[in-house]
Amino acid sequence: MLKLENISKTFNKGTINEKKALCGLNLHLNPGDFVTVIGGNGAGKSTMLNAVAGVWPVDSGRIILDGKDITALPEHKRAKLIGRVFQDPMMGTAPNMQVEENLALALRRGNPRGLHWGVTAEEKEKYVQLLKPLGLGLEDRMSAKVGLLSGGQRQALTLLMASLQKPKLLLLDEHTAALDPATAAKVLELSDRIVSEGNLTAMMITHNMNDAIRHGNRLIMMNHGKIILDISGKEKENITKHELMDMFASLSGNQLENDQVLLSK
Amino acid sequence: MTITAYFASLSLLKLFKNMPGGIAQGLIWGLMALGIYITFRILDVADLTVDGSFTTGGAVTVMLILAGCPAWLALLVAVVAGILAGLCTGFLHTRFGIPIILSGILTQFSLYSINLRIMGMAANKAVSVDKFSLILSSRNIPAAILTGILMSLALIVLFYWYFGTEQGSAMRATGNNPHMSSALGINISSMKVLGLGLSNGIVALAGGLMAQYQGFADINMGRGAIVIGLAAVIIGEVMGKGILGKRLNFLGTFAFTVIGGILYYLVVVVVLWLKLNSNDLKLFTAIIVALFLAVPHLKEQSQNSFKKLKKQGADINA
Repeated sequence: MLKLENISKTFNKGTINEKKALCGLNLHLNPGDFVTVIGGNGAGKSTMLNAVAGVWPVDSGRIILDGKDITALPEHKRAKLIGRVFQDPMMGTAPNMQVEENLALALRRGNPRGLHWGVTAEEKEKYVQLLKPLGLGLEDRMSAKVGLLSGGQRQALTLLMASLQKPKLLLLDEHTAALDPATAAKVLELSDRIVSEGNLTAMMITHNMNDAIRHGNRLIMMNHGKIILDISGKEKENITKHELMDMFASLSGNQLENDQVLLSK
Repeated sequence: MTITAYFASLSLLKLFKNMPGGIAQGLIWGLMALGIYITFRILDVADLTVDGSFTTGGAVTVMLILAGCPAWLALLVAVVAGILAGLCTGFLHTRFGIPIILSGILTQFSLYSINLRIMGMAANKAVSVDKFSLILSSRNIPAAILTGILMSLALIVLFYWYFGTEQGSAMRATGNNPHMSSALGINISSMKVLGLGLSNGIVALAGGLMAQYQGFADINMGRGAIVIGLAAVIIGEVMGKGILGKRLNFLGTFAFTVIGGILYYLVVVVVLWLKLNSNDLKLFTAIIVALFLAVPHLKEQSQNSFKKLKKQGADINA
């Protein structure tokens, strides 16, 4: 489904702040893969997701999604294929627009936006049916401004928006990191459901080792802009947090002193 | 002159006589404010092109009418000229990465020369309602008010429709959360360019109407248009929220923007009636806008400030 071939990206090239964020990264996702991504700060996790989403052009390499080379497509032209949820709950929704308006914007992801009505009556009915199972009471607040919702509500809404028009790939960039544990668990559960019900291919960055093991069918670990561990199936199901941390230490050559806190949270 | 003599010299009758003219001009400024609403509130940028494009609208309209073109067609061409000015600012910003404020200033600055060329290197050009058939004129104020109201209503309905469409919603989303908009496949650069074009088209329309109303186009007629537009938008918002509160919808917001323009100009009429020097008008307008812009911040501060805490601390410690 997704093929990353030899992707490199360096920020601030030729300056004192030069940062090699991705160094010849290779990754191949099969259709239906739900991959969790772990790694220390600056390992290149978010950079990889942003490269796929097309936030900026990569320095070298190819990105192929659903058999289509999207390397040279700008962000808004890839959007049809990719659903995204961000770490910051503020980022995924338009605060001054209504719940239904946000959903309507998402339903038209990647489609030309002409002079048809922005939200139709039948759409509204559909949104109510989709919001009900979330159990957040949003179905009664369809015309409320999204800025009035809590962080958890906004992330749940963003998840729904990302999957409203079935994406070829769903990118979850630490989308529960800013939430309290109970809400984070709810949003994760919803993520699982949306991925399995839609049979989506997805990548989820997390700093929580337990979440990384518990969710998805595959786990990759990144360090210095490369993938240093890629496990799936039984091997991934049976791995423990401690084994993962030991692996990280031996594979990266780091003693995990600084990253330990981040990785084992 | 003593105070009593000063008050004795003010005639209420004169004030009432000046009111209809104020309303007519206020309507034109209100119409322009609708254009400014697109950039200032919907795209969330301050576009300084308008000081230039307002004059461009007036200059194009007057020159075309003088050349024998029907007034409505002249206005239409003026709108196109305004759109081009807005597109220019938009491209400077999106294609060349120049900050939006500077892009607007550059376009506005260049428009001074262009406007002079449009007017055949004259600083002003008169168009007499006696010789040409104009859409509105200060000679017939009731008709001018009626025309202004009809045009405002048409534009308000058009706005309400457009910002409810998929494209209009995408433009609102662009101003509200560009990050999300890109992720949802909206080309935010195109949306900004389009919005700036539409905005300046409307501003030029207002400029064309103003030139006909006052009977001439002047190279300086657009000076301060942005500030007047902001005044109208802000006064309209404060009024709308005060009267309708949470029931203030888009339709109401647009209507109150036009009303804001009228109110602004009526205040100007009162100020002139009080025999304040008309050269001080710009200072006066700037103060009004600064006050209205400052109110939300000051309100927040009065409820939430370190100074207040310090005061409370002093009380407790005392």
